[in-house]
Amino acid sequence: MSKRIVSATINGEVNEFLVEPYHTLLEALRNELGLTGSKEGCGNGNCGACNVVMNGQLVNSCCVLGVEANGATITTIEGVAEGEQLHPLQQQFLEDAALQCGICTPGFIVAAKQLLETEQDADEERMRHFLAGNLCRCTGYDKIIKAVINARDVMRSTAGAR
Amino acid sequence: MVTTDKPAYKVIGTRPIRPDGIDKVTGRAVYGADVNLPGMLYGHMKRSPHAHAIIKRINTAKAEALPGVRAVVTALDLGPDPAALPDLSKNILAGDKALYRGHAIAAVAATTDLIARQAADLIEVEWEVLPPVLDVREAMLPGAPLLNPNQHTRTPSGPSENASNVVAHAAVAFGDADKAFAECDAIVEREFSTKMVHQGYIEPQSATAVWNPDGQVTIWSCTQGAFPARQNCSAILGHPVSKIKVVPTEIGGGFGGKIAVYLEPVVALLSRKSGKPVKMTMDRVDVFEGTGPTPGTSIRAKLGATKDGKLRALYADLAYENGAFAGSAANYATMCIASGYDIEHVKLDAYDVLVNKPRTQDYRAPSAPAAAFAMEQLIDELAIKLNMDVEQLRLQNSCKPGTRGPMGMPHQAPGHEECLRQAIASPHYNSPLEGPNRGRGTASGFWFNVGLRSSASVSVQPDGGVSLILGSTDIGGTRASLAMQLAETLGIPYEEVTPTVVDTNSVGYNDVTAGSRVTFGSGMATVEAGKNVIKELSARLAPTWQVPVEDVEFEGGVFKSKDGSKSGTFKEIAQAIVGRGPGLTASGSVNAGFLQGGGFSHAIVDVEVDPETGKVTILRYTCIQDAGTAIHPSYVEGQMQGGAVQGIGWALNEEYYYDDSGRMVNSSYLDYRIPTTLDVPMIDTIIVEVPNPLHPYGVRGVGEPGIVPPLAAIANAVAHATGVRQTQLPMNPRRILETTSGK
Amino acid sequence: MLAKHGAAARVLAGGTDLIIQAREGRRDVAVMVDVKGIAEATQLSLAGDGALRIGAATSCSAIYHNKDVAKAFPALIDSASLIGSVQIQARASIGGNLCNSGPAGDSIPTLIALGAACHIAGPAGERTVPVEEFCTGPSRNVLQNGEMLVSISFPAPAAHSGAAFERFIPRNEMDIAVVNACSNVTLSADGQTFTAARIAIGAVAPTPLYVPAAGAALVGQPVSDATIAKACEAAQAAATPITDMRGSVEQRHHLVGVLVRRTINKAVKRARG
Repeated sequence: MSKRIVSATINGEVNEFLVEPYHTLLEALRNELGLTGSKEGCGNGNCGACNVVMNGQLVNSCCVLGVEANGATITTIEGVAEGEQLHPLQQQFLEDAALQCGICTPGFIVAAKQLLETEQDADEERMRHFLAGNLCRCTGYDKIIKAVINARDVMRSTAGAR
Repeated sequence: MVTTDKPAYKVIGTRPIRPDGIDKVTGRAVYGADVNLPGMLYGHMKRSPHAHAIIKRINTAKAEALPGVRAVVTALDLGPDPAALPDLSKNILAGDKALYRGHAIAAVAATTDLIARQAADLIEVEWEVLPPVLDVREAMLPGAPLLNPNQHTRTPSGPSENASNVVAHAAVAFGDADKAFAECDAIVEREFSTKMVHQGYIEPQSATAVWNPDGQVTIWSCTQGAFPARQNCSAILGHPVSKIKVVPTEIGGGFGGKIAVYLEPVVALLSRKSGKPVKMTMDRVDVFEGTGPTPGTSIRAKLGATKDGKLRALYADLAYENGAFAGSAANYATMCIASGYDIEHVKLDAYDVLVNKPRTQDYRAPSAPAAAFAMEQLIDELAIKLNMDVEQLRLQNSCKPGTRGPMGMPHQAPGHEECLRQAIASPHYNSPLEGPNRGRGTASGFWFNVGLRSSASVSVQPDGGVSLILGSTDIGGTRASLAMQLAETLGIPYEEVTPTVVDTNSVGYNDVTAGSRVTFGSGMATVEAGKNVIKELSARLAPTWQVPVEDVEFEGGVFKSKDGSKSGTFKEIAQAIVGRGPGLTASGSVNAGFLQGGGFSHAIVDVEVDPETGKVTILRYTCIQDAGTAIHPSYVEGQMQGGAVQGIGWALNEEYYYDDSGRMVNSSYLDYRIPTTLDVPMIDTIIVEVPNPLHPYGVRGVGEPGIVPPLAAIANAVAHATGVRQTQLPMNPRRILETTSGK
Repeated sequence: MLAKHGAAARVLAGGTDLIIQAREGRRDVAVMVDVKGIAEATQLSLAGDGALRIGAATSCSAIYHNKDVAKAFPALIDSASLIGSVQIQARASIGGNLCNSGPAGDSIPTLIALGAACHIAGPAGERTVPVEEFCTGPSRNVLQNGEMLVSISFPAPAAHSGAAFERFIPRNEMDIAVVNACSNVTLSADGQTFTAARIAIGAVAPTPLYVPAAGAALVGQPVSDATIAKACEAAQAAATPITDMRGSVEQRHHLVGVLVRRTINKAVKRARG
């Protein structure tokens, strides 16, 4: 087998990279592009630590082949902040102490951002449903859910002010 | 939050943002598997498919011949077993016998991960498969197949005559339990069992090593303790400690499971053999099968009281699975099971037992949750028998200052009574629980907390800011809690302190991040380093102020001459002294002893049990815990909530599920069911603060006690909801259905 | 491609099973053929008469985000929104779930109860197989080398009909069913009598199971607890579960009764509108 050239828009920039046909998108992001913010916790779609948004959909990048990313638009944790400006979710995770070890944090933030951007009125029950594919072993989820609730309120008030 | 007589702190008790936070919310933080070096090779481990088998021959020729393979190592490449650390090497790479499925046998380094995996498959092992020993009580029986024919039991009276799977028998006796039971009006006695469970940290183990030709070895690892990892690598490799540098990366959870080394010595060997940097990362199956979960248990316990509600006597026989080698100690259970109460007559027998499962490791308050699962259910039953409110029964018998605590030492300022009072006064305890199939349960938990050795250094910067240099792995926010203690000591804002966790060459010795010790022990080292900074600044200040050094006073962040004529804030003085003079670094090193006073936790939980399916839903959960002094209350709450939810998982669904051949059949996050967001409610917290007299700011370890009560609290709640006592974990739907059907 | 590589080639749809199985070495896959570019395999078309055709590679989320489909086929939405997590559903397809042919596959009882049919293309042309005949054993099905499942078609729901799917898992998400079940019932115009019914159960036999006797126990009978209990008994009689890490024989047998009753009750409610 030989490597394939993949061209994809990642965090707003067009990237061309080589990937083995058997490598996952997660492996391509981490090893070929140096985007190690996406983590591998299980390698089979059960923990959400590798979450990215691909063509508008939240996916586990460990369950997508690198070659499938050809032509795709992808946002990873590294693309969530805009320059120096943290996303309200990132700010809220910090203020609400929603992370301990932090290994699940990128996946949670990417997933929660997808939820709040598509459903700005999501309530706690909806958040718990949407985030059930993201495992955290440190926090008991309490402070994560509270941070998402608070970020939702911040995002709504900013949207309302516009 | 409940505070009793707390001094007015400026920084302690506030909730600042953690210094490592931005790196962690933006994906920049570097964890174990994120380490990449130029020319790096990929390692892969060959593991035993059998739970118990003699290795007759290992042939690595085909693997070595595969193009792209740069090195293959087996147990022959390790030194002999270090005498001080028995079995350490044998667990790293098995030489003559595989003792559990997943036991590492050999390792490969190759140019790609795929080639390394293919090469591992090409390693041929000739096996003689033996019957596995999987049940702790069966393993204790005479005639059980022996994992180690040379293993004799350590007993209080010396080693046992015959070889046995029982590694150790710890016996504790106070008073005369047999006689006291005869005087009791109410006695409850039951047999309990729990299954092996895993810490479940989301980040798999990963290690990277470079062995330079001059013998300098650098190892990057997501370990809980860089210094102990270095010691162990030194012992296993027979290589001097001072030639090994361990660089701790960020760590994606540990809970006790990342104390032991697994990959570190192997990647070092592979690097020595190949001359290249080598990285090895476990997958999730490796983590379940090849690292150290915490013991399953079999506990027989008996508790007696007089009719006025006075606990009189406790007996417990506690058998803990150790796995393939001596592991997490059952003896810890004897230090916790009765420590919350004033019970005159106590007799405890604890056994560490070998079985063909992974060598166990500590998991958050190791050994205590299973012991509390037994003890706190017996108390619940006793309250019912005595027709008393269970919280009042606990309060009546709670330990006080001077009551016998762990290892027979008297408690100094135990927080159990205060936790119980807060529980009894809590909104949760005072709200009615209505509806069918619902029940409320409560339980207490104790963990002794350790002190151990820590070092920290403080450098004063020319602009008056300070750098705090730490050697304790930060697993849940200790850079923040230590920087806060330094800021309090120096009287400066938290933001002026920049904490960094450094490698083993760059700071004094630190024991593992475990035993709820970092905010306590490394806190003491940090405070001492801070005081030494003040001392040094005062010494340098005195000549410029033209006063004797004893006339330089420091209080509340301000230096003052005794006569009041001269003064300056820490920042002003630091700028003046260090900005223009030589650099200033001060250190603090402490041995905080083994015990640090211990911590209590209490839980109130409401459940609903679906009578048709046996499924338990956690409706409401309140955790009450004594933090001594809560340095950063948000992270104290986080420890309480995290422990509670791990306990919920342990109580309801988590278990190593073995088939008869000794294969764990649920080694994935799909079938090893840790709680998801949908399985738990918000976890309410009440922080109790009974200051710890052993720490300058009254800190108690808070990491561990929170996981002790939930197993029993949920079992008590289920018993009240269904009328059926649950003595076995997990209380999964199948077990609830089997025990309650027809009731 | 599929014909050329035979057994070493696999169709890649969402990849949530296949990529993992290939990585874990459980399937020896030399060639993966991504079919998401084939329009027919990703279609989602609701005909004027109410019949539905879903491309085999259509993702679960594409199905439940389609409001018309969600309204007409709520049981299908029950299944599609339970398979894995949100991020799995963005990729996982009903066709993939069917071709994986797990005994506990969460879409399969629903497809059977709804009377769906599999449209298969291969070197020898096209053929159609009822879903209940598709799976032949754990991870085995009727697909021959070179064949692929292209789409699944559903007849228009009958008037006064309703269907519901449920599964039992120890957690509340992210789990393999201990037992699952789907019931599809049609009632008389007054909503008091069963006139037709299809009931299917999963995780209690080597393949998801269509239980005609359970449906037959309902047909012509009044909607009552007693009638429904008969259907439950019939389903329990058809189940041949095993004991494994996810559940015991007794537990699964018991749960078949519980889930069939719960899904019939829910289906009746939906049928009555």
